[in-house]
Amino acid sequence: MDIDLAPEHAAFRTEVRAFLAAALPAQIRRKMLCGSRLEKEDLAGWQRILHAHGWGAPNWSQDYGGTGWSPVQQVLFDEECARAGAPPQLPFGLKMLAPVLMRFGSEAQRRTLLPDIASGAAWWCQGYSEPGSGSDLASLKTRALRDGDDYIVTGQKTWTTLGQYADWIFCLVRTDVTAKPQQGISFLLIDMRSPGITVRPIITLDGEHEVNEIWFDAVRVPVVNRVGEENQGWTVAKYLLGHERSGIAGVGIVKRDMARLKDIVARADAGGRRLRADALFAVRVAQLEIDLLALEATQLRMLQHAGPPGPESSMLKVLGSELQQRLSELLMHAAGERALPFGLAVGAAGAPATLHQEDQLLGAQYANRRKLSIFGGSNEIQKNILARALGL
Amino acid sequence: MQWLPSDEQSQLADALRRFIQRDYGFEQRRALAAAEGFSPKAWATLTELGITALLVPEAHGGLNASVQDGLQALQALAPALPLEPVLASSLLATRLLAASEASAAAQTWLPRMARGRAIATPAVFEAGEGFDAGHPGTTATRHADGWRLDGAKALVLQAQFADVLLVSARIDDAAVAWFAVSAGAPGVSLRPYALLDGQRAADVTLAGVHLAADARIDTAGHGGALLEDLRALWLAALCAEGVGLLQATLDATVAYLNTRRQFGQPIGRLQVLQHRAVDMWLEIEQARSMALLAADASTRVDERHGACLLAAAKARVGQACRFVSQQAVQLHGGMGMTDEMQVSHWFKRLTVIELWLGDSDTHLQQVARGLIAA
Repeated sequence: MDIDLAPEHAAFRTEVRAFLAAALPAQIRRKMLCGSRLEKEDLAGWQRILHAHGWGAPNWSQDYGGTGWSPVQQVLFDEECARAGAPPQLPFGLKMLAPVLMRFGSEAQRRTLLPDIASGAAWWCQGYSEPGSGSDLASLKTRALRDGDDYIVTGQKTWTTLGQYADWIFCLVRTDVTAKPQQGISFLLIDMRSPGITVRPIITLDGEHEVNEIWFDAVRVPVVNRVGEENQGWTVAKYLLGHERSGIAGVGIVKRDMARLKDIVARADAGGRRLRADALFAVRVAQLEIDLLALEATQLRMLQHAGPPGPESSMLKVLGSELQQRLSELLMHAAGERALPFGLAVGAAGAPATLHQEDQLLGAQYANRRKLSIFGGSNEIQKNILARALGL
Repeated sequence: MQWLPSDEQSQLADALRRFIQRDYGFEQRRALAAAEGFSPKAWATLTELGITALLVPEAHGGLNASVQDGLQALQALAPALPLEPVLASSLLATRLLAASEASAAAQTWLPRMARGRAIATPAVFEAGEGFDAGHPGTTATRHADGWRLDGAKALVLQAQFADVLLVSARIDDAAVAWFAVSAGAPGVSLRPYALLDGQRAADVTLAGVHLAADARIDTAGHGGALLEDLRALWLAALCAEGVGLLQATLDATVAYLNTRRQFGQPIGRLQVLQHRAVDMWLEIEQARSMALLAADASTRVDERHGACLLAAAKARVGQACRFVSQQAVQLHGGMGMTDEMQVSHWFKRLTVIELWLGDSDTHLQQVARGLIAA
């Protein structure tokens, strides 16, 4: 079941598909479609390819070297990339920091930092959460003490996604301990090569090293690396959180997983035959198809509203994350016991060599996807936001 | 795809909301439902507002508006729970006749329906057969100067107020044909009742009803297509009306949560209730999107894609109807159980919508079969 697109959007989608068919390296595609681990170079290399084509920054205006695409085009681009098996573009620089620099950054910050984000030359990570500050972000404790033209930063950040590869981290730090929690925070850009930074891996339940703890021990950060005014970091942070609209629903990921599910069902082996005879399984797939259609239509409908995203971002986050989780669950159940072997080495090129090896990744993927309703503001926090929007 | 209402649609919706506020408030409707179940005065006002003429072709004195326009109007009216045959006559019967414009029935009835002077209603359900059966038990037999109808129809909406019934029947070659039957014709008898939601309907017995030759509506022999189109429009209409009701139900529930105080605070401060209300909202926004897809698909149901979209929409909207109506009563507590609260009336209509033309499970399984066939 597909939604009819306006002719100009259908043409755009065709153009994106043609580009992906020609430009996406087969090895990366294979890893993505199977859910294998991506190396740093897979992600960075794909960003270079996009940048060389002029599509490095799909969500930026042309003034900053972006594509100047409309929100609908951005969503269609993300969706087609995900369906085709392209790696996700890292959001930390492109979608999180860049809009902040465009709104609050100095001319020098914009000039020096934005080009390297678009080209992929600089890898950014996010320093928001702390061990004691998750959903209650404003309680963060990492301190930044002014010392001449520097801040001296001491504290700990956590859940730093792919921070082990990062050149830079953008951080929320406390610059005034006497003010109310929201009012003593500043937004700093910190070079990861600075003396005093230690990165420690956190191994997640799927056995992967995706997130890290980052320790700051008297790290010197030039004051010119502050974005916005001192103690105005919370305003900057809120702007950032409210500006991530495109791709939040993950429609393309769900479509990719749906295609994979149907591949498993279509197999000629006993597993495929069992699934095709299972009426309850068919109904579960139908329900996911319907909910996917509802999500896709809701996303398109909400993109019609002009202006900055409001509660619809929270809505799409909740719906999209739950749908992705349900699909990963059904994929695992489709594979049955074959999904259970864990942590086995996959084929030499980093991707599974057989269908059997592909199935073995589904248990870990199911476990990994539980993060979706926790990160980026847990779904419970999103519902608090939505309740306020309802007038409760 | 038109995701946002047009200016004209918004204007008509505003006018209908003013009508509800002025003439069709909850207490007025409640009294009406307990009495005759139809207000000639309200029907006259709806006629003035253009509702009865909306989907009638221009040649028959109508406004020739789009199906989407009709569905948006139905959605705006939904919170009033109108007892008058807006759905049955002004949408369903009108479209059915307009699709056979050349027929004597269309020529006779459409101009009167446009002016609010006549009411028509489709008579399709049969006990034991249901709606989907392309082989109705009701038969139409040819004879010298016309047709003879025999059989029984069930759940004919507002039949007791109708001037003409649009009856589906099996003809000799086993195809479905349609006939315009005057409600007062000899051999037609009604057993009227109210539905769970208060609107009126009737079982209709057709015992040797004699009809003139030109009583057949599907003059081009396209009775099967008319049945498909009717079903598609009906599904889209249930979705559109459902969304209007769902939103009203949520609004009322939020207002109640902000008003009702326990433990020294409005119960809307309690996170468990806030999140429940948000869950209702999430259901409604998905239902709203699906209802728009259904409206679009209802005009091109000949494509298999369209039929599948309609099933998907009815399944999703129906699930929202069930969840939201149940939670609305729950969040209203004991008050939600009372007849004096509007939410209990919306609960009943939402339940009717979920069951009508196949419940969510039925449509879910239809989508599942479509996936297997694909």
